[in-house]
Amino acid sequence: MRSIIKTPLAALAATTMLAGTAFADGHAALSGTLRIMSDMGNPAPRAVIESLAAEFDEMHPDLTVELDIVDREAWKTQIRNALSASPPDVVNWYAANRMGPYVDAGLFMDISDMWEAGDFEGLGAVQGAMTLNDRQWGVPYTYYQWGIYYREDIFNELGLSEPATWEEEVANCQVIVDSGRACYSIGTRFLWTAGGWFDYLNMRTNGFDFHMALARGEVEWTDDRVRQTFANWRELIDMGAFLADHQNYSWQEALPFVVNGEATAYLIGNFAVPHLREAGLTDDQIDFYQFPAITEGMAMGEDAPTDTFHIPSGAENVPAAQEFLRFVTSAEVQTRINGPDALGQLPINAMSEVADDEFLQQGFDMLANNATGGIAQFFDRDFPAEMAALGMEGLQEFMVFPDNLDDILNRLEQSRQRIYE
Amino acid sequence: MTVTPLLFLLPGVLFFAVYVVIPIFQSFQISLYDWDGLGEATYVGLENYSELVGDRAFEISLWNNVKWLVLYLLAIPAGLFIALFLNQTVAGIRLYKSLFFFPFVLSQVVVGLVFSWFYLPREGLLNAVLGFFGAGSINVLGDPTLATYGIIAAGLWPQTAYCMILYLTGLNAVDPEQIEAARLDGAKGRHMLWYVVIPQLRPATFIAFVVTIIGALRSFDLISIMTNGGPFGSTRVLSFYMFEQALSEYGFRMGYGSAIAVVLFMIMLVFIGYFLWSMWNEERQSGH
Repeated sequence: MRSIIKTPLAALAATTMLAGTAFADGHAALSGTLRIMSDMGNPAPRAVIESLAAEFDEMHPDLTVELDIVDREAWKTQIRNALSASPPDVVNWYAANRMGPYVDAGLFMDISDMWEAGDFEGLGAVQGAMTLNDRQWGVPYTYYQWGIYYREDIFNELGLSEPATWEEEVANCQVIVDSGRACYSIGTRFLWTAGGWFDYLNMRTNGFDFHMALARGEVEWTDDRVRQTFANWRELIDMGAFLADHQNYSWQEALPFVVNGEATAYLIGNFAVPHLREAGLTDDQIDFYQFPAITEGMAMGEDAPTDTFHIPSGAENVPAAQEFLRFVTSAEVQTRINGPDALGQLPINAMSEVADDEFLQQGFDMLANNATGGIAQFFDRDFPAEMAALGMEGLQEFMVFPDNLDDILNRLEQSRQRIYE
Repeated sequence: MTVTPLLFLLPGVLFFAVYVVIPIFQSFQISLYDWDGLGEATYVGLENYSELVGDRAFEISLWNNVKWLVLYLLAIPAGLFIALFLNQTVAGIRLYKSLFFFPFVLSQVVVGLVFSWFYLPREGLLNAVLGFFGAGSINVLGDPTLATYGIIAAGLWPQTAYCMILYLTGLNAVDPEQIEAARLDGAKGRHMLWYVVIPQLRPATFIAFVVTIIGALRSFDLISIMTNGGPFGSTRVLSFYMFEQALSEYGFRMGYGSAIAVVLFMIMLVFIGYFLWSMWNEERQSGH
């Protein structure tokens, strides 16, 4: 990331740092090369990581920051090679059980001492998502809420309001189906979208703690409580609530159905909002509500997937990598990189400001005040990789052939006994 | 005895050993371990194989491989038929021939995309045609009983073109005197084709058979583009399942993936053995 303009800027950075002597002292030692390998390959995230790397480079005159950006999907399979052969100093990944294989293989550095020393002020709420085997293995840098994004104008046209209970949700859906639309758009071709539905239905039916116990393999898939979740799901399937032929579409291919009004709502992450806006929907036409309660009095659990930075065990410039983690998680940087003109998501630092955006504000409020059950990562991040893959395939099959449920659950139960042993 | 031929062989042998032969034996070895590709491997003997026996996804993949191998061979008679049809002298025949050959030039990925649009449940051309004739719409790639056949049909399109071109060159080599002699003896139509033309096309048929079998076993890209193995795993073949188990986003079972690879290798070995045997036979005969 060395550039021609580096020298004057570095000088400027040095002078500003002189103002805070303690600050400058703590960082003067950083030298050598910091190699960052990032999966922030989409346009907006790419701009963010590039500017972060450039800024960090300027802050530390003796340090050269090298940045490699990899396609986000490709990184999911490339990370294992990157970590084992000449690992970089900082990498991107995901929180919770998705860290499992790399933690177990000793490829992520244990940074519990940094967490204990209070290096990450304001991150207390997200520490759990970074914890495996009672140790911390990285830091988060952004997260986003899941929930039901819906066509406000169609709801108004049909005289519907945001439901808070399952009965209201089902009654709303009946009105929508009767008007010739599907209630929920969904594309299950790549399976994981069905995982979102299961997460919410299970957390609302049986609670967050039960859902996590299932993820840890402590509950049988054939348990009656799990069956109750599927029974609730089936209620919607039998009504014709879901978009037909959803097994053919990716989540992006299911978006046009919301845009052209053939489906009125979409259970998805906040990353769908920019696409809906680009497709021409105004903020008057789309709105957001929290997945309604099913079992009365059950504390609400929410999915809020968190993206992370880690230091590989084989990192060469550990001090610089540690400083980079402190840098990206600081309140000021968090506010900036999660802003509407950057990632457009939620900052993980409690002292940061949430962007002035209808959906981010609602999501932040929901996660801060009405997610008392707990915050989950997502089906494929909370369940071990193999269970997640088999599980999501079963969920898709259930959505297409609900009558196969017994067979699906027996199969998943067999796999559970093998995978968690 | 001179060393020169050996020296010339050396680079080829070296690359073949490093990239083909040694990895085959490594696969055999890894298939006996439980290994996530990252940490320590544990020796489990034949456990991966015994798990394969009871694995329904493996069974489905194996059957899909069989379907691919059998149905893909349809490309041979279809290619022969088109070649015979195009083997005439009319104005612009070169243009027609190249049009028929066109699909083979396309990348498999493009073929897959075109066909998945063709099959789309609502906007697809197939359903537009079916709707025109008053038939109900079908979702070929979304239906677990139809999806594999839908992908094979897509694969047959370029493969037929390939077989056609092989037969077209073969037809050029058919001896006109034999045709003449057969005609004098009163052979025509079916009999002429079966007893006179096809025997002379034997070399072309052999090559068409080889490339079609190889094509059927290389169905990975079409499946990945068109259904990604779905719906719920019904269109996987062994190579796709191996990739999913060992190398994909959620795949951390190198040992299990290797066991699948070994089974796939054994299936291929049957064909490779047959090809080698028939080539050896041919050489021996021509040597006389």
